[in-house]
Amino acid sequence: MDHCEYACGTADHALNRRSFLGAAATGVAGVLGGFTSAANARELAKAGKRVFTIFLSGGVSQLESWDPKPGTDTGGPFRAIPTSVPGIHVSELLPHTAKQMHRMALVRGVNTHEDEHSRGAVIMLTGRRIEPGFEYPHLGAVCAKLLGTGKEELPGHIQIHPGGGGGFNKQDAAFLGPRYASVTVGDGKPPADLYRPAGLTADADRQREALRQKLNARFAQSRRTAMTEAYAESYDQAAKVIARGDVFDITKEDPKLADKYGRHDLGRHLLLARRLLEQGVTFVNVQHTNYDTHHENFDFHIEQLGEFDQPFATFLEDLADRGMLDSTLVVVMSEFGRTPHINHLYGRDHWSKAWSVALAGCGLKPGAVVGKTNANGTAVTDREVNAGHLFHTYLRAVGQDPTKSWHPNDRPVPIADPKASAIGELLA
Amino acid sequence: MPATVDFKQTRVGLDLKHPSPLIGCRFDPSGRFLFVSAQDSTIQRYDLLTGRKTPLVGHQSWVRGIAFSPATAEPLPVHPGPPVVGLGALAAATARAKPFALISGDYHGKLVWWDGAAEVPSPVRTVEAHDGWCRAVATSPDGKTVASCGNDHLVKLWNAADGKPERVLAGHDSHVYNLAFHPAGGRIVSCDLKGVVKDWDLNTGKVVRELDAKVLHKYDTGFRADIGGARGMAFAADGSALAVTGITNVSNAFAGVGNPLVVLFDWKDGKPKQLKPKEAYQGTGWGVAIHPAGFTVAAGGAGNGRIWFWTGEENVHTVNTPANCHDMCLHPTGTALAVAGHTGAATVYTMLPAKK
Repeated sequence: MDHCEYACGTADHALNRRSFLGAAATGVAGVLGGFTSAANARELAKAGKRVFTIFLSGGVSQLESWDPKPGTDTGGPFRAIPTSVPGIHVSELLPHTAKQMHRMALVRGVNTHEDEHSRGAVIMLTGRRIEPGFEYPHLGAVCAKLLGTGKEELPGHIQIHPGGGGGFNKQDAAFLGPRYASVTVGDGKPPADLYRPAGLTADADRQREALRQKLNARFAQSRRTAMTEAYAESYDQAAKVIARGDVFDITKEDPKLADKYGRHDLGRHLLLARRLLEQGVTFVNVQHTNYDTHHENFDFHIEQLGEFDQPFATFLEDLADRGMLDSTLVVVMSEFGRTPHINHLYGRDHWSKAWSVALAGCGLKPGAVVGKTNANGTAVTDREVNAGHLFHTYLRAVGQDPTKSWHPNDRPVPIADPKASAIGELLA
Repeated sequence: MPATVDFKQTRVGLDLKHPSPLIGCRFDPSGRFLFVSAQDSTIQRYDLLTGRKTPLVGHQSWVRGIAFSPATAEPLPVHPGPPVVGLGALAAATARAKPFALISGDYHGKLVWWDGAAEVPSPVRTVEAHDGWCRAVATSPDGKTVASCGNDHLVKLWNAADGKPERVLAGHDSHVYNLAFHPAGGRIVSCDLKGVVKDWDLNTGKVVRELDAKVLHKYDTGFRADIGGARGMAFAADGSALAVTGITNVSNAFAGVGNPLVVLFDWKDGKPKQLKPKEAYQGTGWGVAIHPAGFTVAAGGAGNGRIWFWTGEENVHTVNTPANCHDMCLHPTGTALAVAGHTGAATVYTMLPAKK
């Protein structure tokens, strides 16, 4: 990809992140459009780290993706194909991603000991086993807290989900507070119902907002609670999202690039994710659904990974071309993998005992493969890791110390599970 | 067609075991052999006269398409079930089978030609036929043309004698699941994931008409994926009807919650009838045939399996099978049928009346 298509690269157009955000904060319309994406990316690359996750919801099959076992009783009908890293093979369902393997790393020995969807997801997103009565913040909230400057106009924690409907997910920040909770943008669109109605004038809207703030402040003086904080934060977050609606407008992207991402939901969502990361959002998750293939696993993985492959490969290539991959951690995860055993419906069921996670960027060793499963993929035989190890690794990759602690209610809570540690083989 | 067939007396004649789950099954045109394909990427040949089981090794992926050239032969006096003439009963008197070609299509998109009657068949020819899965294979009534279809949305025609490509039929916009030549020649039908049945003129390569089996397709908005396709497809021997089977009423694609269905088309006017199981049964129809006696038979299943028989639109008889039936084929004599089970069992059911 040609950087010059997006940036002239001269010093005149250089803009650091603080000044960029400051300019936006002053409401100088048009500033955003006056600077090129690549220039922003370069400044962001200097300024800090970001994290992107794509959550293959339902549980992608490791055998149809990162750890194929062709020719075995569990291997299914697909081939393993070579990648851009000699000796590493992935499923033939990922031909475009295979060409990006020199930018990626694989963890093939994941054992998360949890085969139920919601609990598996929480374990992967918090890096911990579930503890009754206590909730840990999700990775996105942790990243928003640790990597953010506190002065961002945009939320630091954004979820892009398929389908309509947006919202504010205060629960995923747990004790970190609503400021770090995620905002969901359904189908990549900001919450439409928060736009000022056509029949409401700007002046009337300002007066209304002033009244709201006055009442809010009065209420908070005497009855301030975590709940009221969450409401206020969600309103403020949503307002910021609306104020920066242009960030969500992927029609501003090069049409050829949009074509390459794909003119379908996941293509649009990944292009939007890159755009958000480029504009300073600390953590973006894209959810791709669905991989819960108890029935006809192979047909459905053709369809789902057929959607995933090219957009994801383009996303990696795009980040690399813009100089963003060195400062952006990319993780492909699910709540678990799928059974090596093929059931009577040509399906694969839930399987957390031996599955894979793919990563890229942020200095992780490209082409590294850590962990190994046995010949037919039923067990980890080398370098078994769990979600805690992965969580430590994510934070180390973005330059954070996961062994530090939070202190909610003056109680020390380690940022990452102290029983685990980072996967050193992945870290440069 | 023996007048003595009574499908209401359908019962197990032979139960043939293989250690790997089965995918497809076909009797050769003489009826002497039953070929089954398995998840170990082999095809197994069961000689119903001698009982010998012979593996055909050469594919590196799953095989679902199996066809023969010549497409028809004079059936041997074999009936694989009570009264048993199979599995060694005629071993001493068995002559070498007449040569025939078996053409199989796999999920790597390859077609392989075999000498189906050889002592130990080995690949004679391999053709890279499709980009992605080859889902079905058929031979023309004159045995001269092989047709295949697959995930590249194409139907392809091949010279049965030498494997050379003859024509590509393009027009489907999703995976092509199945195909069948019309018995009178000149036409071939193909059905895709979305239940679009195309009727092709083999002389021009053009679509003559489309038949609607879209009831066999659904885009599951919950899981954001398509489910459908013709898992089984067959003409009546006289060409008067076309049967297509699959799954309908899907409420959960990823758990396979739906009902098996046969769509039976009147060939002349293209009007469909829906043949449903009488019981409330969840599963998929994987194989279908229109018996020369006029009844329709299909097999499929989910946790276990079923063989359904219809006269007209009424499901008049059902046989429970212990395993999900992943395919079904009719013996050339019309006296038996076979199902390919997920347990690895290839079960031959006889439809002859029991001796009193």
